Amino acid sequence: MLAQQIINGLTVGSVYALIALGYTMVYGILQLINFAHGEIYMLGAYLAIIFVVSLKFSLPIAGLLPLVFLFAMFFTGCYGFTIEKFAYKPLRNAPRLSALITAVGVSIFLQNYVMLTQGAKDKVFSHLISEQINAYFSNFFSKFIPSDGSRLYICGAQIYSLQLVIIITSIILMVLLNLFVTHTKIGKAMRATAQDLKMAHLVGIKVDTVISTTFIIGSILGAAAGVMVAMYYGRVWYYIGYLAGVKAFTAAVLGGIGNIYGAMFGGLILGLTESLAAGLIPGASEWKDVFAFIILILILIFRPQGIFGERIGEKF
Amino acid sequence: MLKLESVSVYYDKREVLKSLSFQVRPGEIVTLIGANGAGKTTTLMTISGLVKLRSGKIIFDNKDISNMSDYKIVQQGIVHVPEGRHIFPQLTVFENLQMGAFLRKDKKQIKQDLDYALSLFPILAERKSQQGGTLSGGEQQMLAIARGLMASPKLLLLDEPSLGLAPKVVDIIFDVILKIHDEGTTILLVEQNAQRALSIANYGYVIEVGKIILTDSGTNLLQNPQVKEAYLGS
Repeated sequence: MLAQQIINGLTVGSVYALIALGYTMVYGILQLINFAHGEIYMLGAYLAIIFVVSLKFSLPIAGLLPLVFLFAMFFTGCYGFTIEKFAYKPLRNAPRLSALITAVGVSIFLQNYVMLTQGAKDKVFSHLISEQINAYFSNFFSKFIPSDGSRLYICGAQIYSLQLVIIITSIILMVLLNLFVTHTKIGKAMRATAQDLKMAHLVGIKVDTVISTTFIIGSILGAAAGVMVAMYYGRVWYYIGYLAGVKAFTAAVLGGIGNIYGAMFGGLILGLTESLAAGLIPGASEWKDVFAFIILILILIFRPQGIFGERIGEKF
Repeated sequence: MLKLESVSVYYDKREVLKSLSFQVRPGEIVTLIGANGAGKTTTLMTISGLVKLRSGKIIFDNKDISNMSDYKIVQQGIVHVPEGRHIFPQLTVFENLQMGAFLRKDKKQIKQDLDYALSLFPILAERKSQQGGTLSGGEQQMLAIARGLMASPKLLLLDEPSLGLAPKVVDIIFDVILKIHDEGTTILLVEQNAQRALSIANYGYVIEVGKIILTDSGTNLLQNPQVKEAYLGS
């Protein structure tokens, strides 16, 4: 039971963590809570389904999956880039509240844009392909983990192979992100810009490029989360970005907004808390969303800077 | 080399630089002295493109740089080491130095400049993998100057490099400024410590509420009764 809830918690937690990274990276540089980021995740999920549904020829799963990810990540990255250029860049020197309100506007716009173009009803991942994907990974994992064909057994917990896929893919993406910000020139420039915007200008960092890169990377990570959730649940709806966005935002605040390791950690903690509370407290499973907000309130009261609390230094 | 022609700058409706003109010739050390709020820092920020001018012109090496974006100005060879050091606190000393060379691609030359910067401040070599924010104030100032050198400047703008430092460290900083100058870098220095600044400067400008009110050679300004009374505290 405990192992089951931990795996479930890690699954949703890694999705929160991936989305939270987008919030936290943008906040780190612009001090902007990009409320449209939940919708970026939703777009990623839709794009995955649109791609799979519109694919006229059949591909083996091992070939199809990378294409789905690349397609969704690429176009979501384009959305992220465009949103920043059109909605936020013109407000770069405006009061911070203007950009925040714009972010809420972009969020509402994207929801309605998807509702109008894709319909207000659930969009369903091809059932056939869902099963193929599940079978593909079950087959793969059954080499290492006891399985009964459709589920895996770890420490008495029954796990869907897609849960493991979500956890492992998220870890890989986070390791890649870490390498990117610590070892590449543009990654270091991102950290430098987040730490001291004025000085970033003075050493000749092209701050606009850094901001665009940040939006693109955040969107790509959000899209990956969306694709995996679409595969896992098999259906999406234009409104899924709202709750996921608010929870990921909570995760970012929990970890310490502006800190990417905080976002990773905060996402996992939030996922685990939700899942353990829902599983272990009798009758709490219907209330699981409440725990995210209880955590948010507790952090805001007792440790507003979050676990990895970035000191709010003076800027300029 | 650098020429400001009746430059005016506004913060909202307040005019902070009032038709300011002065020039820096190649190979000189030029200092701007003046009271707090006179517009010294604004002048440097305008040159480096952080603050936009309302009217006037800034010419550098015969090019109009008045409306250039900040990174292009760095590319021209103007490097601004701002007041307050502005070290990237969570990047290591080495990464801070790398950021200084952000726009450059000439790897060999960068390596040489790194060795040169570290030879000026050997303490930074010892602290290479330490986070910038953990350095002492003096070390941060050294790092700020070293990072500036990593951009291989033709003209170095130094804003209050001695502010808040122990006298011993101030000596080191001023020694290094002279060394950098001897290597052929032109320097525009803004200092509260007018005595010290004027004694190493070829030329000095006294700025008061956004206007140049006095210009002369460093040594003459040191003897000038008006300057003595207002800025040298004697």
